[in-house]
Amino acid sequence: MNENAIHFIYMAAAACFILALKWLSAVPTARRGVITGIIGMLLAVGGTLLKPEIVHGGFHSYQWILVAFVVGTVIGVPMAMMPMTAVPQRTALSHAFGALAAALVGAAEFYLQTPNLTRFTMTALTLEVLLGFLTFTASLMAFGKLQEILPTRPITYRGQNIVNLSLFVVAAVVAITLIFRPGNTNLFLVMSALALLFGVLLIIPIGGADMPTVISLLNSYAGLSACAMGFVLHNHLLIIAGALDGSSGLILSIIMCKAMNRSFTNVLFGGFGQVQVTAAGHEQKTARSATPEEAAALLESANTVMIVPGYGMAVAQAQHAVRELYDVLTKKGVDVKFAIHPVAGRMPGHMNVLLAEADIPYDRLLEMEDANRELPQTDVALVIGANDVTNPAARTNKASPIYGMPILDVDKARTVMVIKRSLNPGFAGIDNELYYMDKTLMLFGDAKSFTNQLVKQLSGNSGFH
Amino acid sequence: MDPDILQYLYVFVLATFLGLEIIRRVSPLLHTPLMSLTNAISAITVVGSIVIAGEQKTTLSTVLGTIAVTASMINIVGGYLITYRMLRMFKKTERKQP
Repeated sequence: MNENAIHFIYMAAAACFILALKWLSAVPTARRGVITGIIGMLLAVGGTLLKPEIVHGGFHSYQWILVAFVVGTVIGVPMAMMPMTAVPQRTALSHAFGALAAALVGAAEFYLQTPNLTRFTMTALTLEVLLGFLTFTASLMAFGKLQEILPTRPITYRGQNIVNLSLFVVAAVVAITLIFRPGNTNLFLVMSALALLFGVLLIIPIGGADMPTVISLLNSYAGLSACAMGFVLHNHLLIIAGALDGSSGLILSIIMCKAMNRSFTNVLFGGFGQVQVTAAGHEQKTARSATPEEAAALLESANTVMIVPGYGMAVAQAQHAVRELYDVLTKKGVDVKFAIHPVAGRMPGHMNVLLAEADIPYDRLLEMEDANRELPQTDVALVIGANDVTNPAARTNKASPIYGMPILDVDKARTVMVIKRSLNPGFAGIDNELYYMDKTLMLFGDAKSFTNQLVKQLSGNSGFH
Repeated sequence: MDPDILQYLYVFVLATFLGLEIIRRVSPLLHTPLMSLTNAISAITVVGSIVIAGEQKTTLSTVLGTIAVTASMINIVGGYLITYRMLRMFKKTERKQP
């Protein structure tokens, strides 16, 4: 096929990608968005396979492409079938693959064209390779932490930021030198190695609670390295698709940062989530606890219930039990809704897909602002596996590390119930004063088994058995 | 400056602004599917990878290109499939007939 026709095919593909993201904005049109995205990708792949330089070589050209297609599909399909609890680690892994592809193409282009690379191409190429390799190892590290192969607590050591920063400076200096000496293959290897190492070191100090921001940021980097590839290959489609991905990751990271009231630099260099040694000793505070029977009776007599799910619900695999609770309460005429904090879970929107997978209708899921409007009129707020995002200290206690973070105002509901294993502080190691309020009942136990007991109580008390 | 370079930069800047405007409108409800869809779209790296794996100019470039096509293909297949799967899970409350 001639080059012009391929340009038009690429243009159509770019339009499809833009429409795909536009239609993804709301549930009713979202599936149409995915189909459009698939059409865009088929156009892009089809057009590329028909490029003269490939068609020219006959079957010989296609042999490795076909092998790669088959292998990619065989790995890709099972990765799409993972349960929703595993979506954060799956996403981290796919960022790694995306970034690897960009970095390897960059490396191949370098070795094919060195030393005849213009400064502009070389600038784009170093960016592509740097971002690609650092995102590759960083995403693998994030995957390891999310899969709990690696310790999820942040690992910090003295001078960590200085080590990271100087490594970054060295990598940048090597990259700039390379732009002026595009024939130096050794420098290219050094730069690649530094990028790979930097990716690892970047994620070491990051804790599980910061994963939503980090995954969004890696999403952005993977997109930008694809974009840089577009500059190297003089391909507008790559630039557009990469820029869309880059801006998406950027917006998500900004939303996540705002939801935690923190800055990018703080997430990347702050080492949040370390065990905080608080000077204030353990004052004797008492929390009230309740049995499943008592809790079920309160839930049954309520008109409105707001369930606040957090990562703990995902860990305990309690979402299906929560759905049964939703069903039994709805059947009894109780108005049950869910309050979703933007950073609940391990990636943006994680709670929503978990609850959707458990067949909870999406119109029952409220964003933070809407939930906070309704909470003061809510009879019972039931917190399952969430902690810091419900801590009133974020509003009131200036000394608290989470002060200023937007929270779900569950303390404003008439009664608060918290399903929790014990009174131990949560991931960030911050004590939650919510647990010691007069209106709060602690429901001690595993999220899943306690919810199941509630369901049993609620469905079993219609008569004597 | 080379007019071509300016043209690429224009495309980049405009696409970024377009992306920011579109993505801002995406409901937080769908942020996970959004990320898996953009992930699939950024597997557009397949375009560059196919050319390198197809041209087979050197052994090194063929190997790198083939790995890159594989990695991109994993994201294309996996990304679109899981996004579609997720979206099928989002259901509205059924209105029961009184």
